[in-house]
Amino acid sequence: MEKPFRRRDLLGIRDLNAAEVRGILDTAENFREINSREIKKVPTLRGKTVINLFFENSTRTRTSFELAAKRLSADAVNISVSSSSVTKGETLVDTALNLDAMDPDCIVVRHGSAGVPHQLAKVSRAAIVNAGDGANEHATQALLDAMTIRDHNGKIEGLKVAIVGDILHSRVARSNIHLLTKLGATVKVAGPGTLVPSDFGHLVESGLTMCPHVEDAIEGADVVMILRIQRERQDSAYFPTLREYSIHYGLTTARLELAKKDAIVLHPGPMNRGIEIASDVADSSRSLILDQVKYGVAVRMAVLYLSTGGSMGSS
Amino acid sequence: MKLLISNGHLIDPQAPENTGMSVLIEDGIVKGWLRNGEAPPEGTEVFDASGLLIAPGFIDLHVHLREPGQEHKETIASGCAAAVAGGWTSVCPMPNTTPVNDNAAITRYMIEQAERAGLANVFPIGAITKSSDGSELAEMGEMKAAGAVAVSDDGRPVPNAGMMRRAMQYAKDFDLPVVDHCEDKSLSSGGVMHEGKVSLLLGLKGMPALAEDLDAVRDIILAKETGSHIHIAHVSTAGAIEAVRRAKNEGVNVTCEVTPHHFTLTDKVVEGYDTNTKMAPPLRSEEHLAAIIEGIKDGTIDAIATDHAPHHADEKALEYDRAPFGITGLETAVGLAFNELVHKGVIGLERLVEMCSANPARIFNLQGRGTLKPGSIADITIIDPQRTWTYRGADSRSKSRNSPFEGWQFTGRAVTTIVGGKIVYQA
Amino acid sequence: MADEATLVEKSRIMDQTRMERALSRLATEIVESNHGAENIYLVGIRRRGVPLAERLRDKIEALEGTKPLYGIIDITLYRDDLSTVGANPIVNRTELSADIEAKSIVLVDDVLYTGRTIRAALDQLMDFGRPRKVQLAVLIDRGKEHRELPIQADFIGKVVPTKQTEIVKVMLKEFDDIEAVGIFERPSE
Repeated sequence: MEKPFRRRDLLGIRDLNAAEVRGILDTAENFREINSREIKKVPTLRGKTVINLFFENSTRTRTSFELAAKRLSADAVNISVSSSSVTKGETLVDTALNLDAMDPDCIVVRHGSAGVPHQLAKVSRAAIVNAGDGANEHATQALLDAMTIRDHNGKIEGLKVAIVGDILHSRVARSNIHLLTKLGATVKVAGPGTLVPSDFGHLVESGLTMCPHVEDAIEGADVVMILRIQRERQDSAYFPTLREYSIHYGLTTARLELAKKDAIVLHPGPMNRGIEIASDVADSSRSLILDQVKYGVAVRMAVLYLSTGGSMGSS
Repeated sequence: MKLLISNGHLIDPQAPENTGMSVLIEDGIVKGWLRNGEAPPEGTEVFDASGLLIAPGFIDLHVHLREPGQEHKETIASGCAAAVAGGWTSVCPMPNTTPVNDNAAITRYMIEQAERAGLANVFPIGAITKSSDGSELAEMGEMKAAGAVAVSDDGRPVPNAGMMRRAMQYAKDFDLPVVDHCEDKSLSSGGVMHEGKVSLLLGLKGMPALAEDLDAVRDIILAKETGSHIHIAHVSTAGAIEAVRRAKNEGVNVTCEVTPHHFTLTDKVVEGYDTNTKMAPPLRSEEHLAAIIEGIKDGTIDAIATDHAPHHADEKALEYDRAPFGITGLETAVGLAFNELVHKGVIGLERLVEMCSANPARIFNLQGRGTLKPGSIADITIIDPQRTWTYRGADSRSKSRNSPFEGWQFTGRAVTTIVGGKIVYQA
Repeated sequence: MADEATLVEKSRIMDQTRMERALSRLATEIVESNHGAENIYLVGIRRRGVPLAERLRDKIEALEGTKPLYGIIDITLYRDDLSTVGANPIVNRTELSADIEAKSIVLVDDVLYTGRTIRAALDQLMDFGRPRKVQLAVLIDRGKEHRELPIQADFIGKVVPTKQTEIVKVMLKEFDDIEAVGIFERPSE
């Protein structure tokens, strides 16, 4: 099937080069202003249709995409397929073809299985935006993290970023590692050995170090990124108890002391307070978790704009 | 009916002194050899095989024909049609049908269906345990009597070492090789591709090479102790190949096969999340592929088998995690063997025929097959080594098209397939 | 847009001195019309309206001793041609730091042609609030016959009747090497 001339997918950060990543961030930067206006709406995508196709629950990401679409005057439709079509025996490809037949301009897809956006992109005429696929990528999360870091530090190049937690199952970690190393940061990752496979060091060509202990990763860091522990992992015996996890791998004030004095703390949410992050750290001024959420809308506006025809600029 | 296949290049590792020979067939049997140009008896039809290779019929030790029970994927008739179109004169279907081929009635049914189709020979592989659930031995003796040539629980390998030991001891009584899909599921369960750099990159759950290595080593030790013949199916890891190599040196009765996709592709092709790259064992990384090529070269790997595993398009049109394992292979195997092994100089024609015919016949004790010596059964694969062609699923004789080789171009294909003296396929 | 390098200059309409004079006159007219500088809010339209608005601001300050309010508008998100193949507009920021409520806005652009840019700018302004009035100042007006919308300028540097095939370029030292206005045409094949 022929794709419209100007459609552009965002399947992952992995496929982008540094200039493209900067282009999206710069465009997002220019969209921030709209979100501070009295009337938070521009007519740019009037008449365009954005389908938020969520096979996995995520109130925040879905709301963020929905607001982004609406602030650009696109018509946004939310579809939760958590169980409906799948249990009816409809194949993934059928679902995609059915939606495509309604001529949306963009399909934002979230799915528990890696690669679903790539599979949809092959059969759909609409632009596909990956809103998180299994353990593969969560591109817009990495972009909003980068925006938060850039806003605070003025740059990304040369920064030291620690990523701590369940790396194995984390799409946030993958997208961030790709993005941060592309933009010249150095990334150190750490977590339980069962969740930080050593082969992970080969994920990117350079700029990534595997650390044996959480402390090694955090020491001297400009940014400490904490990953969410999915409670169901505990049942698969990746670690014995949440209690033990919080003691040995959680971000406490004491561990944060090892980072640079003005280091910032990021978390993709929703947080498990007292498990991967101590409450006092989460509530401290160094935690920019709410900024992340705020920038999420601007990033998603930029992505929707670019995937349906806009072009990347600079401020 | 008499048929003379003349002027071709006869390749028969069992009878190497064959230059300039034609093969005379009468009543389904190789009657004898004539010198090219020598006049055949009156009433003999002549097949001019100039420029072609004449080989004893290819035998595929590992296919899934899905009948009974999953006829929407394949039937014995459609599977046999695909087989002969790919140059295979005999196929050995695994028992994971619905119900499982764990008794003589089903074994007999499969053979009868094949006879009805009248294309390829079908030599069923019976289950090791009832319903292949690993708990109780199946009636191996009865299945053997009905025509089964080996036993296996294939994709549901016997997890319990004690049960596997008993199975080997019992199968030995009936001279049945135990075909072993080596996978320790405690290491691989939930996995959908080879565990390594690519699986981490793609965020897909991996199946470590270790799962195959450990199970292969366990069963080789059991085979050594029981003296049984085990045949390791679709070997795919450097570790398993090395284990087989050592075991053979020690005199353990172990053989093994490799699939065309494992000697051709690596896990890199999973990158587009095409579910036709999903199979078990999974496509491995470069270093394992290199070990496979080495094993093919030095003779550690005995046979090429397709593990032809048809699935309906709807079943593969799913998320990578949810799609079933397996790809079709009967029609692409010879093309891949020529592209990847013969034309690249990994092996010669003699060795290719050994891996596709002579050795498979020996491994499953198929009397009168794997050679064209006078007196043997007239199953013949005729190959044009220079024929260039493109695989198109749409033209496939299989009911399914789940192949990662769609659109691939090959040089070399089976152009005529003769089963029991009868031409059953001509390209 | 035609590839800029292939354009041939047909005639020069203004040089630096004449541009300077035209802007001075525009500044005077704007102040006169608004009875002083207090209520004026100059808003430059990206890209070339921005330096022009800056110059008008400085000239008005020199005349009146007070700096008028000043802002920038980027109309990309309000364009009506996003779905046209090949448009690929780049988004830049709109900077209206001061509230436009009840102000006398003077939109500033280089060339008035079809009126569509001004339409987009007006739409965007309205999303920011309710100004008392909006006026338009342009350096060049290519003439009413090109207008696709009922939009006219209140302050005009020079009216230059042109053909549709011609392109009027206002060159400013911020973007170009020189300060001048010229009529360009694509070389005939």
